[in-house]
Amino acid sequence: MHPSQDSSGRLLLSGNEAVALSALHCGVALGTGYPGTPSTEILEGFDALGGRAQWAPNEKVAAEVALGAAFARARVICTMKHVGLNVAADVLFTMTYSGVEGGYVLIVADDPGMASSQNEQDSRRYAEAAAAPMFEPADSQDAYDLLRTAFEVSERWHIPVLFRMTTRVCHSKSPVTPRFPLGVAPAETGAPAPEFVRNIAGRVMVPGHAKPAHRRLRAKLADLQAWNEAQGPNRIERRNAALGVITSGISYHHVREAAPDASVLKLGLSHPLPMKTIREFAASVERCVVVEENDPWLATACRAAGLAVEAKDDSIFRFGELNVDRVRRILARDSGPEPVPPRGRPPELCAGCPHRSSFEVLKELDCIVSGDIGCYTLAALPPIAAMDMMIDMGAAVGMGLGLRHVLPREQAKRVVSVIGDSTFLHGGLPGLVEMAYNPPATGHVLVILDNGTTAMTGQQEHPGTGRKLDGAATYQVSYEDMARAAGVKNVIVLNPVREKARFKELLSEALRKDELTVFIARSPCILAAGRIVAWQKERQAQEAAAAAEQGSCACGQDCACAGGADESNPVLNSPHEH
Amino acid sequence: MNIDSTSPINVRFAGLGGTGVIKASDIFADVVFRLGHTVKKAEVHGMSQRGGSVQSDIRFGPEVHSPMIPEGACDFLVVLESSQVDVVRGGLRPGGVLLTPADIDLAKLPTAKALNVAMLGRLSRCFDFPEQSWQDSLRANFPEKLHTANGKAFALGRGA
Ligand SMILES: Cc1ncc(C[n+]2csc(CCOP(=O)(O)OP(=O)(O)O)c2C)c(N)n1
Ligand code: SF4
Repeated sequence: MHPSQDSSGRLLLSGNEAVALSALHCGVALGTGYPGTPSTEILEGFDALGGRAQWAPNEKVAAEVALGAAFARARVICTMKHVGLNVAADVLFTMTYSGVEGGYVLIVADDPGMASSQNEQDSRRYAEAAAAPMFEPADSQDAYDLLRTAFEVSERWHIPVLFRMTTRVCHSKSPVTPRFPLGVAPAETGAPAPEFVRNIAGRVMVPGHAKPAHRRLRAKLADLQAWNEAQGPNRIERRNAALGVITSGISYHHVREAAPDASVLKLGLSHPLPMKTIREFAASVERCVVVEENDPWLATACRAAGLAVEAKDDSIFRFGELNVDRVRRILARDSGPEPVPPRGRPPELCAGCPHRSSFEVLKELDCIVSGDIGCYTLAALPPIAAMDMMIDMGAAVGMGLGLRHVLPREQAKRVVSVIGDSTFLHGGLPGLVEMAYNPPATGHVLVILDNGTTAMTGQQEHPGTGRKLDGAATYQVSYEDMARAAGVKNVIVLNPVREKARFKELLSEALRKDELTVFIARSPCILAAGRIVAWQKERQAQEAAAAAEQGSCACGQDCACAGGADESNPVLNSPHEH
Repeated sequence: MNIDSTSPINVRFAGLGGTGVIKASDIFADVVFRLGHTVKKAEVHGMSQRGGSVQSDIRFGPEVHSPMIPEGACDFLVVLESSQVDVVRGGLRPGGVLLTPADIDLAKLPTAKALNVAMLGRLSRCFDFPEQSWQDSLRANFPEKLHTANGKAFALGRGA
């Protein structure tokens, strides 16, 4: 991270970079998460600044790792995009009951307008549903400052808190005056030293413990709400009393530009809402408008509290992100048609992308493709247009099985589930187990596209790459071993680019059989290929060196040469292929 | 350009993924920020590296609110890919400045990749910032082996 710095020490940071720096300055002991636009750069930035950051296989595991650390009193952040919170929701809804010892900030990045997501769900609803406090920064300075407040709240009330960013807050850059210089981890952060203190009734959420825990949680929220009214990170800016706007997040800035004379109530801690503050503000202005992106969450809450606030026309402005022009229209009660932005060129698979080759084979065999999320989803667009469905990460496997179960035989035989490597480890593994547990009568075919990286979100490592977030070597899981262990009979590894003809031949053979087959189509993402090849060489050299030290073959397998070098046998003295 | 006006100066870079839009906008933001202005910058990441349309907005001045330039309010529109000129032209305010690859003698570019730097050189003519500021930011944002080629590309655009 090398941000611009001006002579007064201000840094020009994206919201994600500001959160990463703030995490360092707050003494965060561990950052974990799963990549997802627009949240990905938080952990990458935290790592670049010297923080301890790691990718989990999915958001649920990340949230659980963070929870264990927070039970041990460590300060933690856990990052994900909005749909990731669906995966982690199971943890969220009960960890608010148990509470935490150390500060736990779960950073969730919403994507109003779906710049790169499959839906525009609104995480504020999770805050309310799971009874979690929710902070909403409006820009980079706000993100930097509010993260610290979020830890204070989390530690004071022993409650995990949500920190809701949005695409424009994550990716826009604006000046930040940090409390410490860039890259300096302060010696005194106030973070407590991790320690295990037993608290069975507080952390084992059986009904007998969870019932009082739920009451405790509601009491905490009531207390926090009172604090939020009195000294929460909310701000009233009194200007002209003719118009008052209640808002939060990036919308605050659009409002300031669209209506410079309006009085504004900017919410920084939007759950639990400081309803008394809101009521007083609304009463102090002649006209009070709620400006918020996506769902009418705030407006509905205000109206439920009996306030006569105006809201945006949701037949128009619920869809997509807001901007200055749209806020002007909302304030002018203009529900006329909006100008249509010019259509740019859509993205497509890179030239030479290995996914292209795989989908050409699927297309040539007229497969019904139950697909998934990743770069390869671009194969659903013309000219390839060879993916028939994509819903959520991991769904390729289950949806494919469902199709196979009910379609007439000749159609069922054409169904193939196709999933990327990172996506398979994220959400596809239980589907693999289901495939062997409830196999369709026609069998099934699963293709794992192993391009050696999480390409879609900018080439992150994952458990199948054998590298950690910071590039350090670690155990590399084997898809072929997992498929066999799950009970799949036919497991085939091939290169879909170099062995395209073979892929086509073996796939059509697999489609004819009423058996289960898993293909691992292994060929690196061309953007990551250089790094992958360099690491493979490094690993091989290390293995060879380690083997030479032990005087055995470097094959790493249980072969005849494992017992040691046989001076008389030149074949066994050199590493060989298996 | 009068930078003391209260409304911000709006500069948009546009092109396709891989044409150096983000890099050029980072350098421009760096130049302006180091000169002491308040700067905001907005762009949409995501699928851009796969050749789709990319835009990056930079706004600077004494006070900047939204990081996104309102409709038809660009003072400067720097387009790095000829095919995108007609797509993005509507973002320019009446009387705004449009800069396109046609403003550069492409035959004299040291490498095709350096077009974004040449366009920065062209843009630099529109502001009376010290040339050294541009040079410093260029150096800070590129590895040393590219400094010579970038120096040439920048000079080509600046008309030095
Ligand atoms: C629950 C959830 N988390 C994260 C994302 C963001 N995301 C979309 S695809 C993807 C992974 C893609 O990696 P991979 O499956 O290896 O395919 P590739 O892009 O490499 O082809 C991620 C992290 C998401 N859409 N949903
Ligand atoms: S980034 Fe990699 S996986 Fe994605 S389209 Fe390009 S080559 Fe394919």
